[in-house]
Order: sequence, then structure tokens, then C-alpha cells
Amino acid sequence: MAERVLMKGNEAIAEAAIRGGCRYFFGYPITPQNEIPEYMSRRLPEVGGVFLQAESEVAAINMVYGASGAGGRVMTSSSSPGISLKQEGISYIAAAELPCVIVNMVRGGPGLGGIQPAQSDYFQATRGGGHGDYRLIVLGPAGVQEAANLMMGAFDLAEKYRNPVLLLGDGVLGQMMEPVVFPEYSGPAPVERDWVTDGAKGREPRIVNTLMLDPDDLYRHNLKLQAKYARIAENEVRYEEYMTEDAEWVFVAYGTTARICKSVVDQIRPEGHKVGVFRPISLWPFPKAPLKNLAGRVKGMLVVEMSMGQMVEDVKLAVECEAPVHFYGVAGGIVPSRADVRKNLLQAMQASKGGDEQ
Amino acid sequence: MSLVFSRPKSMREKVTTYCPGCTHGVAHRLVAEVLDELDLREKAIGIAPVGCAVFAYDVFYTDFQQAAHGRAPAVATGIKRVLPDRFVFTYQGDGDLAAIGTAEIIHAAARGENISVIFINNAIYGMTSGQMAPTTLIGQKTTTTPTGRDPSKAGYPLRITEMLALAPGSAYVARCSLHNVANIAKSKSAITKAFKMQIENCGFSIVELLSSCPVNWGMTPSAALKWIETDMIPAYPLGVLKDVTQEVSSGGDA
Amino acid sequence: MPKVVFSEDRCKGCELCVAVCPRKIIFMASRMNSRGFRPATVTEMDKCTGCTLCARVCPDTVIEVYREAPARKEG
Repeated sequence: MAERVLMKGNEAIAEAAIRGGCRYFFGYPITPQNEIPEYMSRRLPEVGGVFLQAESEVAAINMVYGASGAGGRVMTSSSSPGISLKQEGISYIAAAELPCVIVNMVRGGPGLGGIQPAQSDYFQATRGGGHGDYRLIVLGPAGVQEAANLMMGAFDLAEKYRNPVLLLGDGVLGQMMEPVVFPEYSGPAPVERDWVTDGAKGREPRIVNTLMLDPDDLYRHNLKLQAKYARIAENEVRYEEYMTEDAEWVFVAYGTTARICKSVVDQIRPEGHKVGVFRPISLWPFPKAPLKNLAGRVKGMLVVEMSMGQMVEDVKLAVECEAPVHFYGVAGGIVPSRADVRKNLLQAMQASKGGDEQ
Repeated sequence: MSLVFSRPKSMREKVTTYCPGCTHGVAHRLVAEVLDELDLREKAIGIAPVGCAVFAYDVFYTDFQQAAHGRAPAVATGIKRVLPDRFVFTYQGDGDLAAIGTAEIIHAAARGENISVIFINNAIYGMTSGQMAPTTLIGQKTTTTPTGRDPSKAGYPLRITEMLALAPGSAYVARCSLHNVANIAKSKSAITKAFKMQIENCGFSIVELLSSCPVNWGMTPSAALKWIETDMIPAYPLGVLKDVTQEVSSGGDA
Repeated sequence: MPKVVFSEDRCKGCELCVAVCPRKIIFMASRMNSRGFRPATVTEMDKCTGCTLCARVCPDTVIEVYREAPARKEG
């Protein structure tokens, strides 16, 4: 019987990780995610896990690499500039096909930027971020309960595909308090953990390696990775549609921004506008097919992001010109107001009508 | 008649990719001999860095992880925290440990991380064909100090091992040399001591091994060993810089 | 009688063993091994004392050393 608790997003994410089997955390303080390492430092020893504050985000991601190679269910968390520091390590983890979970509570950038929420790491998360041809499974929750649900399943997901999973949040998600019920966790999905380097007793030695100097070897490895990503794209797409059945216009937004858009839909529908929200939950793999499908039925789409325009490119690629795609974004750590989102939707609708009349 | 000297079991049969006369081969063999003698092969996980010795995973007959440049102590920390009863060692070069990896090595020592580090100091970057290392000597010519290292521009050689001896978490810190058989034997004793420290959970252990790089020094292998003796040892004095077991019994002087 | 056995195809011709042998019986052969190096070798095996200095300085574990079974343990 699960109880309902009021929790801060960062803390709920940490608790969910532990319930989902996480036993190792390596991280470094950075605003706005410090509650995650702090919570882990208290809670992990209680369940026989290990918390270590590393000397840098770089050190932390390399500790994750080692711990994952050694068979541990391990995660790290950070925010934008710290995630930038981790990119080499993430590329290594993806190359070595090691499972792990990374949490990014996005803040305004570029550079040291601000500490207020943003969605300007979408490119970094979905376009590699680090060097080489690889993909992360990227999940964008829109509330504390959803973040907890996704975190609880994240370690199994990472092990299923031997791939890093990145939870893309923002400071609003991390700092706000909402009621959470932690679902029952049935234990790790059985996976043959034949990558683990825990001492070559009774078997041939194993090597966790990312170096492949022979071009044919490296090409073959890349083909293997791409085949894996194709399997992930087939099986792990997640999205939500809100009032899109009869919609003439839809917002496309994720995370905190999607909630604001839903709120505008609720407000604007009684005025006679048929509007809905298409909310990607998996940012990679991006829900291309359902979005294109929807695009065929609507007059236009407005992508709303707390960035200067990142997911909008994926939306345009996905709809393949089936519907006009407009964009409204804010940067700097500003959270768009309902009024501004609504205004931009009406402007886009107006502009579209103007075009139709020509 | 009996076989009194042969390749250790913890070393694969494969011939290494190291240059003729490179002392990596000797260092690898010493580590493998100690792994054999302390019966550690099946418990060991080594970490191979970026550098010539990245191929260490092809030489040692143990589990291995290849690490990003400088990050081996962090990778080792991750492994040891998950598997505290296994034997975890890193094998790092001077660029890896004393340039890009300075934060990681110092903090592993500061935490008293129960791992063992083999530090190969050949005063140059080997793998990338001979650039300056933090341990390059003043006046030494490298591809990025073509007229000889000038401290006013390129700084001074770094005695990082002395710095590590200051960390409270360090249990055993030693500097040895591979330039002749007598010193090779002393190196093996130091490695044995260091590995035993890990088995006994004493804390962080490191053995620096003054090594040669004949190709990038532009010398024959024999001349390179001589250069270690004449030029490197004065800059990097040999000895045990810290030994917590000695301190307890003798009251301080290593 | 002690002897040393060279796995010639492992040898990279570095000549460290030549310098270290106290009996000066190691020399570089005129033939080439499969790697293109002139391997180290010994012909005057009767002069070998099985001291193992050559094997210990060799970076490539080329040399195996045989000696009378010792009375005490070798280190």
C-alpha cells in the first residue's frame, strides 16, 4: 500500500532512483539540482549503497563508467554546465555500452548562464552532446509524479539496452513540491550481465573498452550501435496527446512548458478554439510517426520551448511539411506565462489565416 | 634442471606493441609477477589509460577497463566502491597522471581510496610522439620544446609524487627506477609493498617508476637507461616517500 | 648446466640483455626474426651461470632461464 507524500522534484527523483535499484551515486554540487546528491548522501547508506561527492563532474562521470563496468546500478546528476563537462565520459559510456542514468536539471545558458529553468540542452541531450555517433535515451517528464515513474524504470531501461538514459528536467521540476506515490517495484528485469568486470575467476578476462583502432572494427561497432538505436526507436517511443482528437491547432511542448500549454488549452477551448497539446515524453527516440500523423489532421502547430528553438527542428523534420510549424521560445531562465503562450498561439493562427487568404 | 625464470601467468603470451627497449615491458612484467605471487589475478581489475599503455588490456591476463585520459583514478574509485573486495590497480603515464589527471590522482589519494597506482614517468609523451610532459626536465628537447624546456615559458618539472605523499589518505608512496637489474628488483619490492597495502585496506598506494622512452628521447635503449641514472634520478630522487606501516613502528622517518 | 632459451620471434633487438650479461655471451644474431629484428642469442651456453640478469632486463619476456634445482628459494 503506497502512501502519497509531498516531495520536492529533486528529492522525488532521488528516492525513485533508489526504489528503482540505484545503489551508487557519484556527483558534484551545482544549482539547481543539489538536493539530489544531498538526498542520496542520506538515503543511499540506509539501503547499503554508496554515495560519493566527486572532485568534479568529470571525475563523477568517470566514476559512473567504472562502477557500471563493475556491475553497479549507478547514476549521476548535474545541470547544464556540469553536463557539458561530462560529455567525453558519456561518449565513453555509450561506446562501451554500459548502463547508467544521468539527470540534467537544465538551467539558462550558454556559459555559466543563470540558475533559472531552461530547455536549452535539448540539442546537447538528443544530438549526442559528446563526440561520435551515439544516442542517449532521453526522457522529459512534466511533473514530479512522472519524473518519479520514469526514474524508477530508468535503470532497467538502461540495462535492457546497455545504454545511458538521460532524464531531462529543469529547475521548475526540480524545485517544486507535488504529491507523489511511488509505485511498487518488482525488482530488476533479468538481464545477462556479461559485460561486468568483477575479476576473471573461472572465466576469460573481460575488457570494458572504447578503443578500436582498426577502421573495420570501429565501423562494425558503429553498425551494432545503430542497430541497437533502431530497436530502441521501435520500442521506447513515449508521448501524450491532450485534446488532440478534434484539434485544429496543437501545441508541441515537453516538460514544464507542456503543462503551461495544457493550461492555455483549458482556458482557450471555452472560447471556441479547438486546440490540443502533443507532448513528447521520450525526446530520443522522438515520437516522429504519431506527430506526423497528427500534423496531417491539423491546420498548424506551435512549438513552445524555454530555448531559442531546439526541439522545433525535430518537429519540422518529423512532420515533413504536413502542417505549418510555428515557434515561440524564451530564454534566460524565463518561464513563459500563460498569457504570452496564448498570445503567440493566436498570432500564429492569425498569420496562418492571412496566408490562407492569399 | 628447473625453470627459474619465465613469463608470469598474469601476462598473456602476445608480444607487446611497445617500442624495442621500452621499459613498459619490464614494468608490466613486474606487476604481473606480483599479481601471480600474491594470487590476485582472478580478483584483479586493471585500468588502462590513454597513452602507450592503453594496450595494457592486451598484455595482462586480468579483467580490464580502458579509461579516458587522466581519469583512471576516478574509474578505479567507481570500481572499488562497487567491488571493495577485489584488487583494483591503475597503470598511468606522466601526461595521464600529472597533466590532465592531476585532480583525479590527488583526490583519490586525499580520499585514501584503497587502490594501487603504477605511475610510469618517462619525462615525455610517448604515444603522441614526443611532446613535453609535466615531468620533462629543464633543457630537455621535445617536439613542443624544440630548443629545450625553458622554465620561464614552459614551467618547471613536477614532482607530483611528493605532493601525493602529503595527502593523509596515502598509505604507501614510493619512487623507484627501471634503469638496471638492481633497481628493477627494488621496483618489484615496492610494487609488492603497494599491492599488499591494498589487500590490507591501508589506503592509497602509488609506485612511480622512472622509465625510458628510447624512440622519443632519440637514444638507444641502453643509452636511455643510462640517461635515467644520470639525469632523471637527480631530478626525481628515489626512495619511499611515505609508508604508514613504517611510521607506526619507527615514528615518522620513511 | 644452466641455460637460457630465447623465444627469438619475441625479440625486438633492443640489446639490453647484451649489455647486462656479466659473462658477455649474448650477442645479436645476423639472421632476422619474423618481425624484422636481429634477435639476441647465445652460442657459448657452457659459460652461462643462469644468473637471470638478461631475463630480468628484457622488456619482452624473450628469455627463459634454466638452472640446477636450487637448495634455497629464489626471490
